[in-house]
Amino acid sequence: MSANRLSRQLKNLRSGLAEHYRIITSNRLSAFGFWIIILFVVVAIFAPWIAPHEPWEMVYDRDGNFASLRPPSWQFPVGTTHLGYDLFSQLVLATRTTLLIGATSGLISIIIGANIGLVAGYYGGKIDEVLMRLTDILYGMPFLPFIIILISLFGRKLEFVILAIILIIWRTSARVIRAQTIAIKQRQFIAMAKARGCSDFRIIYRHILPNVLPLLLLYAAFNIAWSIITEASASFLGFGDGETISWGGMLYELWLSGKTRVAWWWFATPSICIVLLVTSLVFVSRAYEEVANPRLRKR
Amino acid sequence: MTKTATPEPLLSIRNLGVVYSTSQGPVHAVSNISFDVHANEVFGIAGESGCGKSTLIRSLLRLLPDNGRMDAGLCQYKGQDLTAMSDEAFRKNILWQEISLVPQSAMASFNPVHRVGDQIIESILAHRDISRAEARERSAGLFDVVGLQSDLMNSYPHEFSGGMRQRAMIAMSLSLDPGLIIMDEPTTGLDVLVQERILRRIREIRAEIKSSIILITHDIAVIAEMSDRIAIMYGGEVMEQATAVDMFENPHHPYTLGLKNAFPSIRDIGSELISIPGSPPTLVGPLTSCPFAPRCPFNLDTCHQANPESINIGTSHQVRCIRTADAKQFRKLAREKSTWRS
Amino acid sequence: MEILELDHLSRHFEIQPGFIDRVIRRHPMSYIKAVESLNVSIGNNEILGIAGESGCGKSTTCTMVSGLLEPTSGDIRYKGKSIIGLKGEELRQYRRSVQMIFQDPYESLNPRFRAADIVAEGPRALDLWDADEIDHRVIEILNAVGLPAHKYTERFPHELSGGERQRVGIASALVMEPEMIIADEPLSMLDVSIRAGILDLIKELQEERQFSSIYVSHDLSILGNVADRVLIMYLGQAMEIGPAKDVILNPRHPYTRALVGAVPIPDPRSRRAIPNIRGDISKPIDPPPGCRFAPRCPHADSSCQANFVELSTEDPNAHQAACHKLDIIADG
Repeated sequence: MSANRLSRQLKNLRSGLAEHYRIITSNRLSAFGFWIIILFVVVAIFAPWIAPHEPWEMVYDRDGNFASLRPPSWQFPVGTTHLGYDLFSQLVLATRTTLLIGATSGLISIIIGANIGLVAGYYGGKIDEVLMRLTDILYGMPFLPFIIILISLFGRKLEFVILAIILIIWRTSARVIRAQTIAIKQRQFIAMAKARGCSDFRIIYRHILPNVLPLLLLYAAFNIAWSIITEASASFLGFGDGETISWGGMLYELWLSGKTRVAWWWFATPSICIVLLVTSLVFVSRAYEEVANPRLRKR
Repeated sequence: MTKTATPEPLLSIRNLGVVYSTSQGPVHAVSNISFDVHANEVFGIAGESGCGKSTLIRSLLRLLPDNGRMDAGLCQYKGQDLTAMSDEAFRKNILWQEISLVPQSAMASFNPVHRVGDQIIESILAHRDISRAEARERSAGLFDVVGLQSDLMNSYPHEFSGGMRQRAMIAMSLSLDPGLIIMDEPTTGLDVLVQERILRRIREIRAEIKSSIILITHDIAVIAEMSDRIAIMYGGEVMEQATAVDMFENPHHPYTLGLKNAFPSIRDIGSELISIPGSPPTLVGPLTSCPFAPRCPFNLDTCHQANPESINIGTSHQVRCIRTADAKQFRKLAREKSTWRS
Repeated sequence: MEILELDHLSRHFEIQPGFIDRVIRRHPMSYIKAVESLNVSIGNNEILGIAGESGCGKSTTCTMVSGLLEPTSGDIRYKGKSIIGLKGEELRQYRRSVQMIFQDPYESLNPRFRAADIVAEGPRALDLWDADEIDHRVIEILNAVGLPAHKYTERFPHELSGGERQRVGIASALVMEPEMIIADEPLSMLDVSIRAGILDLIKELQEERQFSSIYVSHDLSILGNVADRVLIMYLGQAMEIGPAKDVILNPRHPYTRALVGAVPIPDPRSRRAIPNIRGDISKPIDPPPGCRFAPRCPHADSSCQANFVELSTEDPNAHQAACHKLDIIADG
């Protein structure tokens, strides 16, 4: 019997994954976005093996000349910086940082936002009041001054960049999940779960959560995209982690070098990566938007 | 109450069909519908959910969604061919003017931000060349007809109870003196005393005005009390069509018999209720057999092979069944619970 | 032996007047008196029907009986013991023994659960049995409600018809092995042709599994068919109670008479008399102390406005009407 149950759970899991794959590939743009994200993930995982050089290693061309400000060529596919760093290596290794920041802060923020939204929406009353006023306060908090102060207090470390992003970003998902939770909690199947004796915890996480899941995934994708953009902006303004290479950080170094007008390859490649990844995430989230909001679905 | 059929029916429908294109394939929501509605008559259409009754009225009023397509052999109103008419002309000359609708959810049909009276006045002014004061007077008169005090015209829809809203909706449907009023489940979801009052009011209105009414409902008792003639729909088709008295005293179609069994009457409490086993067809693809055959206790092999034609068994009694000859026996058998075991 | 007794059961809801009314004009708090001093008892293995129009308090009564809402005053005794203020394990046990069947089979099943999980949810939540035992019982109960388990366990609600969904709802109540079932209009959202099947199922299961039940419906014809006794309520007050046939075929209270008289009859030749009733139903907001039907009653006088007849539970099978004017009405 229990083997039976395990196989049923596996089957549920498989059908669940198949369902998500179907949702994502149902729409050409989101399928495109999905494969782009997979590509970036693969690059991020194998970054140290893909990158031919260290991010801040001075490189020389085949003739032994110091390779400074070289445009893209066979040897340096995306060119080099004025200090002779290989931009391709920087780009590949930065993918890792960017995805790490995006995934960590995106996921942690959605977990915080979802739980706060679920609890506030389900219990209502004073709990709701307190939690929602807290998010209101966060809404009043401008991001850049916040991260500037945080970084000047604790130093330019990756952890603090992630922390700062998480602290700001969960607010939107909390509000949206709360609204959805309030709508779902009034439906009769919740009354039925209560009548059957389910605890509040069980109702929230077993009965309501699956029903806000499409919305949750939509906002997870949004949060990841937003974290990536935020990290890029922060790094570009010089508030990133100086020790770790990131796309925004690459643009910051370009800015410092003053070669923006000369080295088109230097600003083009990180910018394209940022735009491509963020757009891909938005495309994937659009597929979930249709599931979360069936009115958008076409007949 | 009923007069014999006048030579020229008010509304004449022949072979009307509606197909929805869906991801599962073409859904034949309504097929082979033919009926006449005569002047000053209540024509009741009864059926359960999914029988096509809502699609039928939507197609008559050209309110089908984009994926729905209607084709009709004939759709004549007062001798005018409605199928030949452009949407524009239909909206201008027929909708509300000649054929009006009392929709099922009166709440959704009034705009919540405008006063109820103003909405009726606007609909009059849109079609009639009269002054606002005259339109107001007319609306007040209509409120009186449906039994609402005329000072309620200044109220907003949310200030009305469900029954009041439904009565206001009926007032609105009467506002342009239409020849035909289609009432879609006008009392569904209302309390029984409220329903009673609305039905009584509809009966009184009927005595005063000349409009005909198509009454659509799943409630057999309401249909029985209100209608002159009745059509029973199932699977998108009319299974049986007869005068109200005929339908209840001389039913022929097994579905009609089953429906009567399933419907309790307060007059014979304790009589056994019998349900029809199975569930309605999905209607994907055209009908190639009798849609009721899978649930019918009297089905023959031929029932599954071809969709039966409608047969005339009296002056105004049509049945879509090949076994009408055995109807007398069916009526007796249908009262036995064992007949309906699947 | 009475399994459940409602003793002067009342429930009032506060309505907050607007801020200005409350603070500046000093309006007092208003109350919706949803249920007022209700006395009813339900016998072992009995089906009590409750009928009335919307706002009559039938749903509030059910919610209180199911232990999900505290009464304002009065008592609910289950097997002679008050359930008011039950806590912890006792409350859990009580809630388990009183189960609900809901009105809307399209809304009351979680769309993300499979049929088997919907049925298993109650036992799992209360940890009634081990996992194998729960699986076993789920299959057994699905078969019992006419849904062969091998065909139905894996289905989602959207893959079921209305009747099948309602059967899942019934199974999920019965798997808890309740001693009392509260059915809130379980047929009203279903198609006419399948209602009788669900009704038969409820009656069958009731005989087989021996539970008592409260069956709420606005449809007197169906109540006459399923209930042993019927209670008629109006704006929170009990109007009439008695054996189902007596109440429906021989109603005594003016309100019951109007209600019965308003039910359409599936016979085109029959003509009903116009119900003898005035005006519209109101809401039980700060109602006067007397009979709440009095403003609409053709027979009412000052005594009706002043006080209200309460039903007694001494003889559960008695046919009683809460009316001062019964002698006049019987003559007229």
